Amino acid sequence: MPDAKPRTAGAPASPRRNRRSGRGEARAGFLFALPWMLGLAIFTFIPLILTFYIAQTKFQIVGPPKWIGLQNYEAMWTDGAVWTSARNTITFAVISVPIKLALALGLALLLHRATALSGFYRTVLYLPFLMPAVAGSIVFMLLLTPGAGPINIILDTLGFSPPDWLRDPNAALWTLIILSLWPLGVETIVFLGGLQNIPKDISEAADIDSPRGWHKLWWITLPLITPMILFNLVIGIIYSFQIFTQAIVIGGTTGQPAESTLMYMILIYRAAFRYFNMGYAAALATVLFLAVLLLTLLIFRTARSWVYYEGDSR
Amino acid sequence: MTVDIAAKRRTAPRRIWQTTLYHGGMLLICCIFLLPFYWMAISAFKNNAEIFANPVAWFPDPIRWESVGALFSRDDFPVLQQFVNSCFYAGTVALAVCFSCSLAAYSFGCLRWRGRNLVFGLTVCALLLPGIVTFLPVYLGWSAVGLTGTYVPLIAPFFLGDAFFIFMLRQFFLGVPRELMDAARLDGASEFRIWWQIVLPQVRTALVIVGLFAIVYTWNEFFGPLIYLQDREDFPLSLGLFTFQSTRAREWSLSMSGALFTALPMVILFLLTQRLFQRGLTTTGLK
Repeated sequence: MPDAKPRTAGAPASPRRNRRSGRGEARAGFLFALPWMLGLAIFTFIPLILTFYIAQTKFQIVGPPKWIGLQNYEAMWTDGAVWTSARNTITFAVISVPIKLALALGLALLLHRATALSGFYRTVLYLPFLMPAVAGSIVFMLLLTPGAGPINIILDTLGFSPPDWLRDPNAALWTLIILSLWPLGVETIVFLGGLQNIPKDISEAADIDSPRGWHKLWWITLPLITPMILFNLVIGIIYSFQIFTQAIVIGGTTGQPAESTLMYMILIYRAAFRYFNMGYAAALATVLFLAVLLLTLLIFRTARSWVYYEGDSR
Repeated sequence: MTVDIAAKRRTAPRRIWQTTLYHGGMLLICCIFLLPFYWMAISAFKNNAEIFANPVAWFPDPIRWESVGALFSRDDFPVLQQFVNSCFYAGTVALAVCFSCSLAAYSFGCLRWRGRNLVFGLTVCALLLPGIVTFLPVYLGWSAVGLTGTYVPLIAPFFLGDAFFIFMLRQFFLGVPRELMDAARLDGASEFRIWWQIVLPQVRTALVIVGLFAIVYTWNEFFGPLIYLQDREDFPLSLGLFTFQSTRAREWSLSMSGALFTALPMVILFLLTQRLFQRGLTTTGLK
């Protein structure tokens, strides 16, 4: 982690005094962080290790866990629901995250100009983020009702033939995708912050050098906001792999219709809190952890070649 | 000069046209984003037949207050009690987060000590960790001490801190000039006093921002309450709405009133404080 703070101590003091205050500072630093270090150990890292352990046991809450080695993972391999839910979750993430980032970037570019209404636009685009996921999902179920929901009626009048979003297994996943695209205010604001951080002289120089807006966008603006793209991409992928609330509202615990909205998190929830099969749930969770870990590492690894950091010597 | 003026004259109408197009487009986008809110609001004032009417009724006619009224008299959806629960839940978490996270963020942002970067690195890792990976053992622990069915498991961890809010607050603490703290140290102030009297007043706005984010996150929190709470009377609004909707799927207009009632407090809170929200977001995103 690069430290942004200047390293110079403010006031001149005798070396001994300085050292003593440094020691006091170090002790204080440790003590101030102590509650959080405890929290980190108790609620994050010890449970993480326990999860890896529980994943190798047969554990039904009542009675002690029984060591069964890798049997839970073997059971996962032959469990059709695992494959279905993994496929659904990956499809969901792969479609929704890029669309969402592209839309958010487009909106940020549109919003990146000072007009009398800018504040209003920003407020409106941010509002969906405030909507509790349960409420938002229920509203979308109504909006997408075939024959009566306004989205379908608008699509109808425009000449499209909208699917039965909630009952057609081929379309139900799209319900979740559309729903996930609605609250994109956070991503937009992050991009907007990046755009506003681009130094004026660079932007003006680009205007003079190249009269075509498209060039400026591709060669100047986009490279300069790649850190924000990386941030939004990583967070977006991690979150969409864990989609739960919207999925359980729309598809219940069975991923209706026909398991087409069955998400991986729903499967874990079912295993742990419906069937009380903690060992199996822990194995599922471990695999999710590994998937997210590998994907994050992969993104960061490739990030070196496409993310521009100000002050880099390259 | 003359060329310039001529060029300007030529571009002026084009400008106006462009501006109109821009605002027209933006307003259309705004309408799309507001549609779900609008649909929720008007459906709360319709009955079922009117909600599913074709052609679409864009305005409830007549305005029916039945479902909004019924909302406050239903045993299977005690919204007032659940509203109080949500307020308690969100408020306590916000206070806990402001206190505990400002301790840790101060340590990470302003103090130098060995191991700091390691612990902060672990904090960032914890931030990226899928919550479910640590959830199961923690749940087993709480149920072993018999505290499931209460708000303790949902609130207590926040008194020790939360990775996201520590990360966010640290960004603000980094901006506090070190000279301030060094000067106080030379004057013989204790480290605790420096934190309380010198540094915290500098980041007052940041604490409010973090508190607001904590309220919104907790208000919308669903998974934790779903697992830990059992009685309808104990549910926060989000979970209450889910339970009602999944058992009474046919009563759409009541569901919509419930959704409206769940969303409205956050929307109002946001409209009153949106400047702070946006500041919070840009600091988090900018690394």
